[in-house]
Amino acid sequence: MADDLFKLNIDGKDIEVPKSYTLMQACEEAGAEIPRFCYHERLSVAGNCRMCLVQWKGAPKPIASCAQTVGEMRMNPDGTPPNILTSGDYVEKARNGVMEFLLINHPLDCPICDQGGECDLQDQAIAYGRSGSRYSLNKRAVENKNMGPLVKTIMTRCIQCTRCVRFAAEVAGVEELGMISRGEDAEITTYLEESLKSELSGNVIDLCPVGALTSKPYAYNARPWELRKTESIDVMDAMGAAIRVDAKGAGVMRIMPVVNEEVNEEWISDKSRFIWDGLARQRLDKPYIRENGKLRAASWKEALARTAELLEGPAEKIGFLAGDLTEVEQAKAAKDLAGKLGVKSLDCRPAGAAYGADGVREKYILNPTLMGIEEADALLLVGTNPRLEAAVWNARIRKAWLWNELQVGVVGEPVDLTYSYEHLGSGPADLDGLLDGDSEFVKAFKDAKRPMVVVGENAITGEQGLDVLNAAHQIALDAGAISEDWAGFGVLHNAAGRVGALDVGFVPEEGGADTVAMLSGGVETLVLLGGDEHDLSNLGDTKVIYVGHHGEAGASKADVILPCAAYTEMTATYVNTEGRVQMTSAAVQPKGEAREAWAIFRALSDVLGKTLPYDSAAELREHLREENAVFAGLGFAPGTAGHKVLMEAPAKAQNLDKARPFGAVIEDFYLTNPIARASKTMAECSLMKRSLETPVAAE
Amino acid sequence: MALRRFDIEAGGDSFAFKPETEPNIEFWLGKYPEDKKRSAVIPLLWLAQKDNDGWLSEPAMRTVADRLGMPYIRVYEVATFYTMFKLAPVGKYHVQLCGTTPCMLRGANDLKKVCEKKIGKKMAVTDDQRLSWEEVECLGACVNAPMVQINDYYYEDLTPESLDEILGKLGNGVDVEPGNFVDRLNSAPEGGATTLKEDTLYNGSRNSVKGLPNLPESDAEEEPKSEAKGKPDREAPTNVDREEPKEEKLEAAEEGVEATQDAEKQIEGTRPEPLEIDGKQADDLKRISGVGPKNEDQLNSLGIHKFSQIAAWTPENVQWVEGYLSFRGRIERENWVGQAKTLADGGETDFSKRVDSGDVDSSREEGED
Repeated sequence: MADDLFKLNIDGKDIEVPKSYTLMQACEEAGAEIPRFCYHERLSVAGNCRMCLVQWKGAPKPIASCAQTVGEMRMNPDGTPPNILTSGDYVEKARNGVMEFLLINHPLDCPICDQGGECDLQDQAIAYGRSGSRYSLNKRAVENKNMGPLVKTIMTRCIQCTRCVRFAAEVAGVEELGMISRGEDAEITTYLEESLKSELSGNVIDLCPVGALTSKPYAYNARPWELRKTESIDVMDAMGAAIRVDAKGAGVMRIMPVVNEEVNEEWISDKSRFIWDGLARQRLDKPYIRENGKLRAASWKEALARTAELLEGPAEKIGFLAGDLTEVEQAKAAKDLAGKLGVKSLDCRPAGAAYGADGVREKYILNPTLMGIEEADALLLVGTNPRLEAAVWNARIRKAWLWNELQVGVVGEPVDLTYSYEHLGSGPADLDGLLDGDSEFVKAFKDAKRPMVVVGENAITGEQGLDVLNAAHQIALDAGAISEDWAGFGVLHNAAGRVGALDVGFVPEEGGADTVAMLSGGVETLVLLGGDEHDLSNLGDTKVIYVGHHGEAGASKADVILPCAAYTEMTATYVNTEGRVQMTSAAVQPKGEAREAWAIFRALSDVLGKTLPYDSAAELREHLREENAVFAGLGFAPGTAGHKVLMEAPAKAQNLDKARPFGAVIEDFYLTNPIARASKTMAECSLMKRSLETPVAAE
Repeated sequence: MALRRFDIEAGGDSFAFKPETEPNIEFWLGKYPEDKKRSAVIPLLWLAQKDNDGWLSEPAMRTVADRLGMPYIRVYEVATFYTMFKLAPVGKYHVQLCGTTPCMLRGANDLKKVCEKKIGKKMAVTDDQRLSWEEVECLGACVNAPMVQINDYYYEDLTPESLDEILGKLGNGVDVEPGNFVDRLNSAPEGGATTLKEDTLYNGSRNSVKGLPNLPESDAEEEPKSEAKGKPDREAPTNVDREEPKEEKLEAAEEGVEATQDAEKQIEGTRPEPLEIDGKQADDLKRISGVGPKNEDQLNSLGIHKFSQIAAWTPENVQWVEGYLSFRGRIERENWVGQAKTLADGGETDFSKRVDSGDVDSSREEGED
């Protein structure tokens, strides 16, 4: 181990760091702060901004610490470790010089710049800049570039750090950004100013150290110092990325990523980032009751009374159906109420799904974990398109493919995933005898130390869905993917609320109707917990009680609308696809008279005379923890703990050829839930995407 | 250097390499392993530019990217980085004028004025699409400053007058041979050698040992050849490989005829008498050292078909023909008249022997630099 370490003397302090460290990392290890623009931990080293200069005693020139690998440094002539100084006149002067050059062509428009207040250049100019400029010639001006509906560009501010270029090429896997021309004329642009075609494009806004790339929807909306910042959890997909909700007054102004190495590193998808304008549109802010075929605003008292009326019918004719965004508290309260009413028809799964009914958690979560992909050496994707279902995780798969030589095989739609893979078949029938093949991937998969099988939620939904699940499980077992320290089989969900609701046990009880039955007239009264994504066209005369926050498909069918809070407006529990229990925080108040959903069910239970045994969310969570221990552990995924259950061979998969073929899982990435469909920004993205995909008709 | 952008409009919708370029592409691709073929991006862009009338259109760039399996933006970066890739149309003759210090000190600024007068602004193309110009950094021919590069060849030791003449001819579709425009060989002194002139330096007579031992008799007798004694017997490069601009230019061509006639009037000396002749009676003028197919054509167009005609040239005739061919002293130096006399009398020269035996690739259409 000692061979891998290197001794340095930084600012008079002896320190030992791994040889693979850059000098910058070593300096930070020693407690020194090094200014930088181009360097970023998750991107390759460019070394072109020169801001991170340090002094290496004996070296003829200052050293760019980000580009200097520690292991390649020399000892002093007398054999003592190299002396590095990160401050002092020499370093100060060098950095002052760099800063002066950077500022020569940088406009002095901070007062109208959206980056103002959170700008690396601004901050560092305070530390290293001169008080005035010595430059009297014309500054350079650069044309702004079109990069699509999300990224606003003011290219004159660009200092050519190329972080965005490296992000697009390395992380997002779309080589669309580049630096054209040279010298003073160098410009960052997309090819002929086409829009960025990545689900992660918004991250370049965070990466840009200056105000060259800023958020188009957020432009001129607020200043960073007037925003209330609340750390929370994203619900746009089942990953549960860590986010920070920035709010001003009652409105969410923007959403930013927060570092969570185990889930989203420090990226979020464009949907997670730009959804916020949907939170202010088409909101249900008071209860409604349908009278004479028309909805009218009502008081809570009226609405609850009407709801109670509808729920007084026979219990077997009542159903509870949860949707994609249902939080755990809501599911729990709804389930408890259903239990009190004797209702057996509950479901939280998409129409046709049969998984999860047995309550074996390991069979519906992503056991290998999202971070596990970095340890895996072969990945089999079954009926899933992670680029759309979990865009940030897809970037992580790409990272493993790029740096760890991860082999990827796909059974499903052959789409562009930003990394190369072997296409092993497109339907469930191809799973049969998959490991008998002798293709390169199958060989690598069988030889792999840590193979990983991931089944898309969509693949195990529909007829014979359980067989697909079993077949994939069997493949994982046959390939040796399950062992004591590796549980290489899991399901990738695409709804934030699904795993949580399954953990609560929001599935039909013995004799109860499932989603399909409830949606096709199997019940007389249906309580919809969100669920706008379900096909509501065959409801017939079914009375609908809609508990949701956006006036959309569900609300238009509703006989009673009970408005509830959206994910930024409540402190609620979500369980991500890995089985990781996480909590959102309320960043703003619920709209109008809307209430947190669990409280609505609590109030309803009172009206019905079947009061639920909790008066606060904390009490409710206490009940949750008592009933299911998984809710006791916040923030971590069970991971390999599931290997014991997974070791047992599943039932033999039959009739795979009758299973629903693996089609496109998500038709439109930007419009998957009611919040997104209410968002103008998402509509623009969707429009742009479709116009790119549809060939222009010849005129 | 200004902002460089693709001329999307002029680029059209498509581009395809010429069939004769394909072997060249194969050659470059063959240099790199299959998974590193993007290394060939610069040569391929260059070939695409050659195949696209001297500039790189957007479809041409995409064609290269597709060939190499590269994202467009990566090729775009390369094409915009190197200023020798032209992103907008250039003339049939694209003049790159060296404006760096040695050339500037020797009068490049005056040459710029000529370009501005004859062609127009930098990177502008004349209406007949024949000429365009730009200023470039050092082309490495400082000993022959000032100079320009026209398409692939150097035109050196220029004066405003000689550049004016060159541009005039090129603008009228008359080709001009590249090289020096003063009386000097390469970068040797003007007017011939000024030192080390004695023959004894080269014929071995200064050597106290007469005749080297073990040397075949015949070789020892042959006069040692020196590059300094004359231009190598090599076909002059030409600049006419480009196709003529496609559209328009009937008008321009007519002007060109007039201009050529005007140019003839200005040439000093006497024009040799033309001879009307049946093709079969014509001599192969290429047997004269210094006359290539191009020159032969031009001589034929002057009505000169026979050795006897050249043998009869007066000094005034020689001066006129040199002026017409922009040769300046070459006819005299290469002794066309003397050679022609020998050949007209049925004799042979060293060069004609080599031509006859096929050693000289006289049918070569262009220089191979």
